[in-house]
Amino acid sequence: MEDIEHIPKELKLIDENGVRLDGRRFDELRPIRIEAGVLGRADGSAYVEWGGNKVLAAVYGPREAHPRHLQDPARALVQCRYNMAPFSVSDRKRPGPDRRSVEISKVISEAFSSVIFKEQFPRTSVDIFIEVLQADAGTRCAGLTAAAVAIADAGVPMKDLVTSCASGKIGGVVCLDLNKDEDNFGEADCPMAIVPRTGEIVLLQMDGHLTYDEFQKAMGLSIDAAKRIYDLQRDALRRRYSTTVDEILREAAAAPAPSPAPAEVAFDSQLDDLGREGSP
Amino acid sequence: MEGKGPVRQIVIPGESVGGPGVKPGPGTFGEGGKVYSAHLGVLAEKDGRVSVIPLSGRYIPEPGDAVVGEVVDVGPSHWLVDINSPYPAPLHATESPWHVEFGDTTRFLNVGDAILAHVLSVDEAKKVQLTMQDREARRIEGGQLVEVSPTKVPRIIGKEGSMLDLLKEETECRIYVGQNGRIWLDGADRDTAIAVRAIRLIEEQAQAHGLTEAVREFLEDAYRGREGRGPA
Amino acid sequence: MSVEIVSDLMRDYIYRLASGGQRTDGRALDEPRKLVIEKGLITTAEGSARVHLGKTEVLVGVKMATGEPYPDTPNTGVLSTSVELIPMASPTFEAGPPRPDAIELARVVDRGIRESKMVNVGRLCITPKEKVWVMFIDIHVLDYDGNLFDAASYGAVAALASTVVPAKAQGVGEDFPLPVEHWPVSVTVAKIKDLLLVDPSLDEERMARARLTATTDENGDIRAMQKGLSGSFSYDEVKRVIETSQKVGRGIRPLLQS
Repeated sequence: MEDIEHIPKELKLIDENGVRLDGRRFDELRPIRIEAGVLGRADGSAYVEWGGNKVLAAVYGPREAHPRHLQDPARALVQCRYNMAPFSVSDRKRPGPDRRSVEISKVISEAFSSVIFKEQFPRTSVDIFIEVLQADAGTRCAGLTAAAVAIADAGVPMKDLVTSCASGKIGGVVCLDLNKDEDNFGEADCPMAIVPRTGEIVLLQMDGHLTYDEFQKAMGLSIDAAKRIYDLQRDALRRRYSTTVDEILREAAAAPAPSPAPAEVAFDSQLDDLGREGSP
Repeated sequence: MEGKGPVRQIVIPGESVGGPGVKPGPGTFGEGGKVYSAHLGVLAEKDGRVSVIPLSGRYIPEPGDAVVGEVVDVGPSHWLVDINSPYPAPLHATESPWHVEFGDTTRFLNVGDAILAHVLSVDEAKKVQLTMQDREARRIEGGQLVEVSPTKVPRIIGKEGSMLDLLKEETECRIYVGQNGRIWLDGADRDTAIAVRAIRLIEEQAQAHGLTEAVREFLEDAYRGREGRGPA
Repeated sequence: MSVEIVSDLMRDYIYRLASGGQRTDGRALDEPRKLVIEKGLITTAEGSARVHLGKTEVLVGVKMATGEPYPDTPNTGVLSTSVELIPMASPTFEAGPPRPDAIELARVVDRGIRESKMVNVGRLCITPKEKVWVMFIDIHVLDYDGNLFDAASYGAVAALASTVVPAKAQGVGEDFPLPVEHWPVSVTVAKIKDLLLVDPSLDEERMARARLTATTDENGDIRAMQKGLSGSFSYDEVKRVIETSQKVGRGIRPLLQS
């Protein structure tokens, strides 16, 4: 939250009818679009557009952890680096991490540390990179949401995805998903991240002023919205691979001459070969 | 989707894949009496055991795996081999096909060499040892290397090796598929180019039905001089 | 590839193919990869462009600010170029302050733009000797699959071409498009043994002994050059690279201008 000395008097963040500056109501999310598998070199990646946010996440790993003295002989390290591109904000940000980025990197690392099956990969590191290309408040939530998809895309085993969302207070009203102006001129912001299946909260921060009652309202809004965001994450992952199935079926349908032989069940042969008990 | 057999269900980490009575297989985990997927993958069920076959992910070495490796470092009594997994794999001089004197390792293998080898052992701390003491093992020369996601390897090999046999017959290339997703091909340039395109086709559409036929058609078209129906 | 060294086997294969005039992706030796440019996608920047050169992906943002001019050019705008090789773009990129290769990249891209007089910096003076427009070009490499010199340059040129000077917000008049008058095009050639390959892919770049980037303008005149890596070029080869850059540059220029 910035220290605002002069809040423009004309700037009503939410009017008497409960309509915000961008037309949303108190419990409405900004438009969100998620795409998985957008980069070539990284093991996994995802891109999220969330309101005016444009965030890219990528994962390398598990890979050998460097430097060696940081390796954990019993489990993988989970290391996240959150960074904002210089052109992502109105006033150009100098390249390189600042204290805010370092803090956000830490809390996101810890969020994923609780869901990744770390014990399967001793002495390695799962490296998560979040790059904010265009910022409009809620970048850590967008980044975390993208990173969860990227980790799954990379094939790193997890107990569940992690979904993230923020709520706050503007003009005295508790609202979901604040945009930049609302975050700048509002009274509170509370980002959180949740493990959808279990309801465990793995990231929680708050700044500003909320009564205990208002806090519970805010959390309620976020937890509810997280369900919708999780659906988008899941769809992005499914879409990544299902299009190829559609394509081959479309091609088969469009082809002249004899139709292809019935399903070759190659994966069953893989099951035959599986003597592996590599599962957690 | 048009009925061409059962739809391959794609599941994501944390998704429920079975209730009580279902046994958790590879790629899944049990919690509170239920079974959940640990991966982004394809659901498979056999004899009451449910597994999830990952659609992506690093190569995790298993004893006995055939691998294509690249030497990245040399010591006096061992070489260090990259096998595209989280862990670099040492190959001890005593596990090589040669008689290697201490300090004489570079005479046999050097940084930049590519080899066919097998995984000898993987310990509890996931430390890997390689061996070249088998009939197929050798330092490879000529040909080219192609990398695919390790999760696609079973598809490229096919049921009882049928897909790989198809590729080898039609292209007349030598093709050695490492479990680690690295493939060595050797043959006439035109043939290996067609083989590589066929492999890319399999890689992109691994979980689709009717893939073997699609690959067969692609190979026929390619050799007839027409563009195959698969992606270029 | 997950290994950072190219195996001898692949070196032989790449060279053998190239000796026959072909490359692993089917290109001819003097053929660049497919170039896709998207402009204006970052609204927090005054200008922006996303470039795909083959699978190499670069995002460039141009931010305009006002500031003091350099003492030796008191009435012209200021150009400042920086490159970030962010870790997600390659397993070989580490987080941290810019390493020499990032700095070299930024300076070479900057040189091509500056020396070609692409932007009419004389028109970017607000108050002589006191206040001028400053262009910050930030090149963000997102996916590294070879030839960052060209991808970064195309991104910077395209981003500048899409830039609108935010005069209104600074209270110094109406917004106006950045005055672009020339079009530098960078073309990079890698030398593998005795062969010259245009727009090297990742493996080609990793096995190259020497590299030469030549930036030419719309008249075919040379505006910037940079030889890299530890090998060498014969004088004849240098001339061939320049001629190639002129030719290939002509084909690429329209994509930057559109």
